[in-house]
Amino acid sequence: MLPAHLRTLAGVGGEVELEVAGEITQSSVLDAVEARFPMLRGTIRDQGTGRRRAFIRFYACERDLSHDAPDTPLPRAVAAGSEPFLVVGAMAGG
Amino acid sequence: MSGVRVLVGTRKGAFILTSDERRAKWDVSRPHFGGWEVYHFTGSPAEPSRLYAAQSTGWFGQLIQRSDDGGLTWTPVGNEFSYEGVPGTHQWYDGTPHPWEFARVWHLEPSATDPDTIYAGVEDAALFRSADGGQSWQELPGLREHGSGPSWQPGAGGMCLHTIVLHPTDPGRMYAAISAAGVFRTDDAGTTWQPVNQGLRSEGIPDPGAEVGHCVHRIAMHPSRPEVLFMQKHWDVMRSDDGGDSWREVSGDLPSDFGFPIAVHAHEPETIYVVPIKSDAEHYPPEGRLRVYRSRTGGNDWEPLTNGLPQSDCYVNVLRDAMAVDSLESCGVYFGTTGGQVYVSPDAGDTWAPIVRDLPAVLSVEVQTLS
Repeated sequence: MLPAHLRTLAGVGGEVELEVAGEITQSSVLDAVEARFPMLRGTIRDQGTGRRRAFIRFYACERDLSHDAPDTPLPRAVAAGSEPFLVVGAMAGG
Repeated sequence: MSGVRVLVGTRKGAFILTSDERRAKWDVSRPHFGGWEVYHFTGSPAEPSRLYAAQSTGWFGQLIQRSDDGGLTWTPVGNEFSYEGVPGTHQWYDGTPHPWEFARVWHLEPSATDPDTIYAGVEDAALFRSADGGQSWQELPGLREHGSGPSWQPGAGGMCLHTIVLHPTDPGRMYAAISAAGVFRTDDAGTTWQPVNQGLRSEGIPDPGAEVGHCVHRIAMHPSRPEVLFMQKHWDVMRSDDGGDSWREVSGDLPSDFGFPIAVHAHEPETIYVVPIKSDAEHYPPEGRLRVYRSRTGGNDWEPLTNGLPQSDCYVNVLRDAMAVDSLESCGVYFGTTGGQVYVSPDAGDTWAPIVRDLPAVLSVEVQTLS
């Protein structure tokens, strides 16, 4: 699930379903997002450092995964497609 | 039939204002990139249907959008701005070293002859060039690697390269202005650079006449006379008659020589426009009266232009990139305010009218004259 601005940018409505090969991690999921929607490159992760942007957090299965290492496997329910991986923009600014 | 297309970047999107050559009735587009800051929005002189927008937010970073049909449709192009080599440090606000970090694009300057070539001035200050319509960007590192780079420090708005002036006939020469470092010039298409700030004085820095460290807000050039440059500095309006080698003050009888934009009439290279604001602590017009000042003598003698502009209770600002001229026979002058108004004068400043009053805060205004 993407924040509203990124859904607009990618031209998608609700959840995005992706086929991800190999281990299901933040990195592999975000790599797959950027491969399918190249216009999102640099919007979730800094292109130079690969770091999550400061005002973006990652959640799944009611857990904050923002500070997990990028190669940590995501919860099994996300890998199975029964729970979404949430990319959330901070509620800040005007 | 000729007309104009006014490209407006705002805090919450971009707008396209169009009119015929009379510039009396206007069509205002719905917002493009609604909710995103558009620091700069401009078009290719070589191919007027080619538009570029620098779109950013604090959440999602920088995007460059390109349209090839005059703004009807848009495609995000390249947004990877990687400094060449090990970028090193510049000064932070407190004087300590701070790593060079890309934050956003402040200004896009398309080539006058090639629609695929465009320059980007960015924060932290550096100059990038694209030769493929914005798909990929390469830094011209000679500027940042000029020996003074580690001493550059940000102004209140960040350490931005905000002005790029391309010489109209010499492809090797261009100018870049950085807040708060000053003006730099290249004569070899961006390989090497030299500061050109001789004659500037800034009382707030340790050496008021230093080679670099001056807070330059904007520079402007008339294409028919490229050796003459005009500058709105943090304080002082300045002029150079030798391509930036030396500067002299032409603030003359302005009520305040603080301001941000400066523009040159399309057909009269000695006619220039500024918008004085009260001070660097109070970024609004003196006495709450919004007045553009025009000099027809290249500076020093200034006349207030008030006809059609609010002359009471007006406390907006006009930012550095938010003033432009068209090149119709009667030169049109345009500016946008932090209050969301965009004004036009179809008669070189004599009379003004709002095109639109209630946009988000205006960050940039550019004009395309269409035939």
